[in-house]
Amino acid sequence: MDIIRFQHVKKQYKTGVTAIHDLNLNIEKGDFVFVIGSTGCGKSTLIKMIYRAEKPTNGKILVGGIDVAKLRDSKVYKIRRKIGVVFQDFQLLSRSTVYENVAFALEIFGLPKSEVHSKVLKALDLVGLKHKAKNYPNQLSGGEQQRVAIARAIVNGPKLLICDEPTGNLDENTSIEIMNVLEEINKLGTTIIMVTHDTDIVNRMKKRVVLLDSGRILKDYEKGTYKHETIQNTK
Amino acid sequence: MKLFRILSRNIRDAFKSVFRNFSLSLASISCITITLIVVAISVILSMNVNNFATLVEKDVTIVAFLDLEITSDQRQQVSDSIHHLDNIESVTFKSKTEIANEMMESSEEFKAALSKWTEEESPIQDTYLVKVKDIEQIGDTAEKIKKIDGVSIVKYGEGMVEQMISVFDIVRKITIGMVIALIIVTAFLIANTIKITIFSRRREIEIMRLVGASNINIKNPFIFEGLFLGILGSIIPIIATIYGYVTLYNHFGGQIFSPFIRLMDPQPFVYYTSGFLLLVGVLVGMFGSWRAVRKYLKI
Repeated sequence: MDIIRFQHVKKQYKTGVTAIHDLNLNIEKGDFVFVIGSTGCGKSTLIKMIYRAEKPTNGKILVGGIDVAKLRDSKVYKIRRKIGVVFQDFQLLSRSTVYENVAFALEIFGLPKSEVHSKVLKALDLVGLKHKAKNYPNQLSGGEQQRVAIARAIVNGPKLLICDEPTGNLDENTSIEIMNVLEEINKLGTTIIMVTHDTDIVNRMKKRVVLLDSGRILKDYEKGTYKHETIQNTK
Repeated sequence: MKLFRILSRNIRDAFKSVFRNFSLSLASISCITITLIVVAISVILSMNVNNFATLVEKDVTIVAFLDLEITSDQRQQVSDSIHHLDNIESVTFKSKTEIANEMMESSEEFKAALSKWTEEESPIQDTYLVKVKDIEQIGDTAEKIKKIDGVSIVKYGEGMVEQMISVFDIVRKITIGMVIALIIVTAFLIANTIKITIFSRRREIEIMRLVGASNINIKNPFIFEGLFLGILGSIIPIIATIYGYVTLYNHFGGQIFSPFIRLMDPQPFVYYTSGFLLLVGVLVGMFGSWRAVRKYLKI
């Protein structure tokens, strides 16, 4: 079953720049998909449209059966609650502890304290940071901060996790750690879409790869069947 | 239950935030304090001017002088006719003897002059003192009283009264307009101050939006924060109003310059004013926060 379906999606910015041209894309439930391409190819726009940070100019984007293109601004939160998002720059609250950062995503829904507590600890356990719950973000390494951001994104049990260059600021070893965490989450049934520039990661993971170029899908490789050179060309 | 949890969390967060961003909160609180003091002063002024105007208006009386040869039956008829008119608040009879006595008490010259006449010879006329309900209609009412048989002259300070009413009316409108204008200015001033404080927290708002907080989820803590800022900002103006006004009242003995210009009694006036200041502070704080946060909610 498809969790995401792009149907003839076009995105043109007010400046006149067209970021996405008549794009069709299906992503199945439980998939792990890399979206790659050179800078300015439209990958960020593509994933932003999934969690409705951008609105398509034309076409349909079905996420879990809901057309996010038609979603009113005031109702966007409904889709956001079903999607976890992780960024390159972590986006953590510096004045809150690791625990508070993760709990934040649950408390706004009015969940009972005991439920918040068990869910937060479970998420922190999954990313291997249960022992750092009381630390503040600036006391953690980059990789650890990113793992906190991942814990926050999955604490709500989303069906879909969107990662916008999550390893962009991290060294190779830390990137591998993060990818292991993501793979673990994927195995638990969460669909993951990840935008990246990191060719090594893409090659090591052997997952589905969507290659974008000037707002169009240039190639869509099945698991482990993509050609190494093509990826390198997109660097 | 869920709503209660969300609300209590909002209140807790708002409270924390006031202290966590204390220097910025202090800016908003000072802004509210200063403007509320100005609001308090203009409310006190306008209420006292109003009070004074009302007292003066209540004092205005139509004096209907009756014919010298009037019989007591005719006098009763005049009284009935006046009572039948619209706009009559009260009618009091004052006989010529009473008037003569009052005059004789007031000065020796009057006493000497008036004591020469017997009651029949006295040129002083019996009068009815009439108070009206609507001061603006006083001219019409006086005109109608004048037409009643047995009434010879009607006086109510024509010209002066009309002028006074129109002056009071203008003063009232100006003071009320000033209070309203001040409140509006305060609201926008506070909105701007809070906007600066929220600017430093836009990252927090972005993250809230990202994890699926609805607009209400995001707005509520800020609106509660505005409420707290309003309460904190109105403390000093309220204390200043209560102690300041009572001190002023006691210092002047409840009147300014002459017994004619009376100050309003401090109780319950200062409590009403304080309540009003608190209400304005809270509403303006909430409005300011709501306006300021709205900008960051566009998706």
